[in-house]
Amino acid sequence: MQPFTTHTGIVAPLDRANVDTDQIIPKQFLKRIERTGFGQFLFFDWRFLPDGTLDPAFELNAPTAAGGSILLARRNFGCGSSREHAPWALADYGFRAVIAPTFADIFFNNCLQNGMLPIRLSEEDVAELFRRTTAANAAGESYQLHVDLRECTVRDDAGFARSFTVDPFRRQCLLEGLDDIGLSLRHVDQIAAWEAGHGLPPVAGSR
Amino acid sequence: MPPRTLLDKIWDNHVVCTPPGELPLLYIDRHLVHEVTSPQAFEGLRLAGRKVRRPEATFATPDHNVPTTDRRLPIADPVSKQQIDTLRANCHQFGVRLFDLGDADQGIVHVIGPELGITQPGMTIVCGDSHTATHGALGALAFGIGTSEVEHVLATQTLRQAKPKSLEVRVDGRLPAGVTAKDIVLFLIGRLSTEGGSGHVIEYTGECIRSLGMEERMTICNMSIEAGARAGMIAPDAITFDYLRGRDFAPRDFERAVAAWERLSSDPGAAYDRVEVFQAADVVPQVTWGTNPAQVVGIDATVPAPDSFSDPNDRSSAARALDYMGLVGGTPITSIPLDRVFIGSCTNSRIEDLRAAARVVQGYRVAPTVSAMVVPGSGRVKRQAEEEGLDQVFRTAGFDWREAGCSMCLGMNPDILTPGQRCASTSNRNFEGRQGKGGRTHLVSPAMAAAAAVSGHFVDIRSWNYKESR
Repeated sequence: MQPFTTHTGIVAPLDRANVDTDQIIPKQFLKRIERTGFGQFLFFDWRFLPDGTLDPAFELNAPTAAGGSILLARRNFGCGSSREHAPWALADYGFRAVIAPTFADIFFNNCLQNGMLPIRLSEEDVAELFRRTTAANAAGESYQLHVDLRECTVRDDAGFARSFTVDPFRRQCLLEGLDDIGLSLRHVDQIAAWEAGHGLPPVAGSR
Repeated sequence: MPPRTLLDKIWDNHVVCTPPGELPLLYIDRHLVHEVTSPQAFEGLRLAGRKVRRPEATFATPDHNVPTTDRRLPIADPVSKQQIDTLRANCHQFGVRLFDLGDADQGIVHVIGPELGITQPGMTIVCGDSHTATHGALGALAFGIGTSEVEHVLATQTLRQAKPKSLEVRVDGRLPAGVTAKDIVLFLIGRLSTEGGSGHVIEYTGECIRSLGMEERMTICNMSIEAGARAGMIAPDAITFDYLRGRDFAPRDFERAVAAWERLSSDPGAAYDRVEVFQAADVVPQVTWGTNPAQVVGIDATVPAPDSFSDPNDRSSAARALDYMGLVGGTPITSIPLDRVFIGSCTNSRIEDLRAAARVVQGYRVAPTVSAMVVPGSGRVKRQAEEEGLDQVFRTAGFDWREAGCSMCLGMNPDILTPGQRCASTSNRNFEGRQGKGGRTHLVSPAMAAAAAVSGHFVDIRSWNYKESR
């Protein structure tokens, strides 16, 4: 997994609540059997017009969101289907972090498995970030944030600074880019002991 | 020991260890696998030279992509075919039991799990699919996971999990006539909101829930995710045990298993992190009007105007939803005309669902403006329905009668809405484009869907004129 320590990037605002994973990556693109190449289909039905050209009215297509790597959204981001294709598509498009007041549980976990940082800030803080982004964008400029997972902070260059929380174990895995399965297999003896204690036959050569 | 909830008991029994500074490792009893969320996980195993730790605890079936038309014909979409072929090859390589496309027991993974007795009380069950909560109806802790976690479970038979909080959702009183399990759960989602259950496992309790049959309980638990919950569960009882007795994968020493299952119910006085109480008498047949399942009203209501919402997020969501749905506030639900009707999905494709729909359809014909289809949840459900003659009721009325699969719930196969088409659907999600780009989905119960197919618009099933000739 790609480690996440610090990241500075352009904020792409998506001023909507309850953005579901069907919107993030529509079902017709779930048939690939690889983990890569999903970025081209990100927010497909919103990004593209029926003739296949970019919809200029969609927030992510604004010039000020070009090269955006921090997605800003309203509450309950990533609800619905468990498809990990959603964080794969976000990552492949270039996002490294998503900021929202709340996230759906499965999407949140899926991000953490892919070196993508989901950041929960209060509804007020998210509203403030939308104001700052909108103001910068209205002036024809992009809005930038600095994310530091070592310190668990989000700040801009104009005095916005907030801390966020993330599970300590997940934080460590992200900082070091640790492989979850490798970590868990360190406890294979305890897994085998649990199985034996519950009457399951031993597994041969499970290491 | 202090009194414990059903969740506490299953959780405590499955924690393998909590290494210092790490999340607990939770043992997983059953792993269900389908073709869409598994190929990258199997590929990960191959790249790392790992095996499936417990192939005998792992069961696979293709359901999302499969055509629901004649199974003897080749799959037209080469990419769908590749995904189904990949599942077959992976199951063969790793020794996983596969209920393949030609298998008599193939079907939607959340239909065949309980039906075959693979799902049992007290188990931990996962699947790379958010509707895994369905299995909680039998008193299991069952939840959806992502593909990386699928790979983790395949390799270790465990999952890294923080313990979720518990939410008791109690529904008091008896279910009013004409109101179904689907109406209860849509009503609950409307009250709880799409994120009201976030971070929680819901345990459904109360007289109303206890009175429900096994398949109705599955409908309730199935949609827990639409309220944002990690899982939904119902304590096992005589209804559960009667359902499981004699099923293919049920325990051989069944009575001994029952004795253990009887101890799973939440202890009197056990503390939940949160409790929400509702009255069954308040529930009427439900219809969604928007683009998330919490945007729902009773059949006797009108489409709400965005201004009627006080929360600014809700207001803007409603405005967006009405625009997408081509509806205006104030429109009576019963005056909304329909183009399509879909009866199926892991929420409502079991035999009881098909019986309820057939009872409505009996003696009627589908409205000339409507195209309607029934997609049984599994090969077994289909055969059972055909033995009972339900297929003839549907066909005579003008419904399409199809093969088992997820079908138009998410339209990964050719069963999709075209832009602007409006559908009464017994599935679980009315998200934008869910059933096809530009398609407009209204979630309802099987009986309400059947009545809408006949009438060409929504009608209140409580005043339906049943023609009982069977």
